[in-house]
Amino acid sequence: MISDRADGSVEEIARRPGHRLVVAEPLALDSGATLGPVTIAYQTYGTLNADKSNAILICHALTGDQYPAEPHPVTGKPGWWSTLAGPGKVLDTDRYFLIATNVLGGCMGSSGPKETDPATGKPWGLSFPVITIADMVRAQKRLIDHLGIETLFAVIGGSMGGMQVLEWAASHPERVFAAVPIATAARHSAQNIAFHEVGRQAIMADPDWCQGNYLAQGRNPARGLAVARMAAHITYLSEPALHRKFGRQLRNREAVTYGFDADFEVESYLRHQGSSFVDRFDANSYLYITRACDYFDLAAEHGGALANAFRGTRTRFCVISFTSDWLYPTSENRAIVHALNAAAANVSFVEVETDKGHDAFLLDEPEFFATLRGFLDGCAQHRGLASR
Amino acid sequence: MSAATAGTGRIDAGAAAARPLRGDLALVADLIEPGSRVLDVGCGEGELLDYLTRVKGVDGRGIELSQSGVNACVRHGLSVIQGDADSDLGAYPPDSFDYVVLSQTLQATRQPRAVIEHLLRIGRRAIVSFPNFGHWRVRLHLLVRGRMPVAHHFNHDWYDTPNIHLCTVRDFVALTAALGVTIEKSVTLDHAGRPFSLDPRGELANLLAAQGLFMLSRRRD
Repeated sequence: MISDRADGSVEEIARRPGHRLVVAEPLALDSGATLGPVTIAYQTYGTLNADKSNAILICHALTGDQYPAEPHPVTGKPGWWSTLAGPGKVLDTDRYFLIATNVLGGCMGSSGPKETDPATGKPWGLSFPVITIADMVRAQKRLIDHLGIETLFAVIGGSMGGMQVLEWAASHPERVFAAVPIATAARHSAQNIAFHEVGRQAIMADPDWCQGNYLAQGRNPARGLAVARMAAHITYLSEPALHRKFGRQLRNREAVTYGFDADFEVESYLRHQGSSFVDRFDANSYLYITRACDYFDLAAEHGGALANAFRGTRTRFCVISFTSDWLYPTSENRAIVHALNAAAANVSFVEVETDKGHDAFLLDEPEFFATLRGFLDGCAQHRGLASR
Repeated sequence: MSAATAGTGRIDAGAAAARPLRGDLALVADLIEPGSRVLDVGCGEGELLDYLTRVKGVDGRGIELSQSGVNACVRHGLSVIQGDADSDLGAYPPDSFDYVVLSQTLQATRQPRAVIEHLLRIGRRAIVSFPNFGHWRVRLHLLVRGRMPVAHHFNHDWYDTPNIHLCTVRDFVALTAALGVTIEKSVTLDHAGRPFSLDPRGELANLLAAQGLFMLSRRRD
C-alpha cells in the first residue's frame, strides 16, 4: 500500500532535496471527504538511532515548508529554523533525527490544490477538499508509521506548527514523548479569523484568481496574494519592532511626494515582502491553510473543555510564548497551560521577553533557545537518550 | 550555554545534590516523603525542586512569577510554569499533589486566605513558611522609630514592597483556625534559619521567631 517514489515527474521539482511518500490508502478527512492517494513531501536531518527513539517532528507554520535546516530550494534563503536546527544547535542533528513535512494542502510537494488531481489530470484548484489541522496530522502520522517510529521523542512547532503539536499530543498521546507548542493557540480567535479573511478576500478579489482556476488558465493572482502577505506580515511584527526598524523614514527621498508611490520605508518593506512571497507560494494553498487554522478549536473537538484533550496524558509539555506577540498572545498560550494543569499534565511554561512580536519564534532569541535546550536535555535524560 | 555545559550540569547532579539547602528549605525538604508529588509555588530558581527531584525522587512541578526564575528552572530540566499563586492555582484539580509548598511567598499574595484554601484543595498537605511580623525587632523598630520596619525579610520601603500581606505567627495560627485546617507540624526559626523549640502558638515564639514554618492538612471529619 505504501511506497516511496522518486521525486516528482516535473524536472524542477525532481531536483528539490527531500523525499516523497505516496500513500495509496485514502485519508478520511474531517470534512467527510476522502483523499487518496496522498503525497507527503518531507525532509529529514540527522540519523535515526537503532531503537528509533530520537526522532523529532518539526511542524511548520502557515507559509513554512519541509526545509527548516537548509536553504530554500526556490528562493535560496536560509532554512526558516536554521538558527535552531543543525549540527550542535538546539535541535541538534548530531543527536536527534529531525523530520519535517510539507503540510497537507501545502505547495511544496505534498498533496494540495496546486498538485494534479489524478481523477482529472488537471490541477485540483478549489476541487481539492477543505482540510483541517487534524487532517494535516493524519497525513503526518502516515509518514511516522511508514518510518516505523513508535514514539516521537518530540513534536515541535510554532504558530500553526504549534496547533499541529497540540493536535498530535491530543490525538496520539502515546506516540509523543515531549510536545513543544510555541507562540500558538488551542483555537483561532475572532481576530485571527478576521485577519485571515482579509488575506483570502485579497486573493479572491484578484481577477487573475479566476475562481481558483488560475493554473489551468496560465495566470497567477500575484497581486492578491502579495496583499494577503502584506496584511499578514504586519500581524507578525510588534508595533515597537516596526517603529524601531522603520519609524517614519522616507524611502530614497528627501520629502513626501504627495502621491501613492512607496514614500515610506515601511511601505517599501511590505511591498517587498508581498512580491517575494508570490515566487514561492501558491494562492490557493494560502486559502486552504488559513482555513485550516480558522477551523482549529481543540476544546470543541473534546466536548468543549480543553483539559479533556489532554486527560491522562503522559507527554511532557513545554509551552513558550513571547511578550510582544499579539497574534497568538501569552493569554492564549496560558490557556493551554491551564488546561494542561487541569489535566495534571507535566508542563513547563515560559514567556520570553522580546519586542519582536510573533516572528520572535523564527528569530535568534537566546532566552527561547536556552529554555528549549534545557527542556529537551531534561526530556532526553528521562527518555534515556545519550547526551552528546 | 552550549549543549556540553548543559550535559555537564546533569552529570554533576550528585555535586548539586550535595550542596546544602538554605536553612528553611532544608526543613521543608525534611517534611516531604520520598517519591511523592510536589508543587512548589514561588519556586524561584528551583533550588528546592532540584534537591527534591534528585535526592528524594519526587515528581516535582513549580510555579514562579519571575521570567529569569522560570527560565533557570526549565533550563535545568525542571517542570515549571510562569505564573503566580493568586491566578494560577485555580486550574489544578483537587488532590493533584501530595504536598504543595509555599515558601516565603504568602505575604506577597493578594488573597492569602484564598491561596491557602487552594493549596489544601489541590494538595493533601500544604507546607507554608513566611516571615514573622511579630518578631521583637520589628515591634521595637516600629515602637522606637515610628517608621515601617525595613530590615531582614522586609528589605523594602513601605511604598515599593511586594510584601503586601505581612502577618505574625499568631495571625497565621488564627487563620488556620478560621479555615478549620489542621496544623500537622509547626516550626519557628531564628534569623539564621535555625529551628528552635518553642510552641509556635505561644507569645514567646511570636516574639522571637524570624520565620514560621507550618505543615497543614485538611481537617478529617
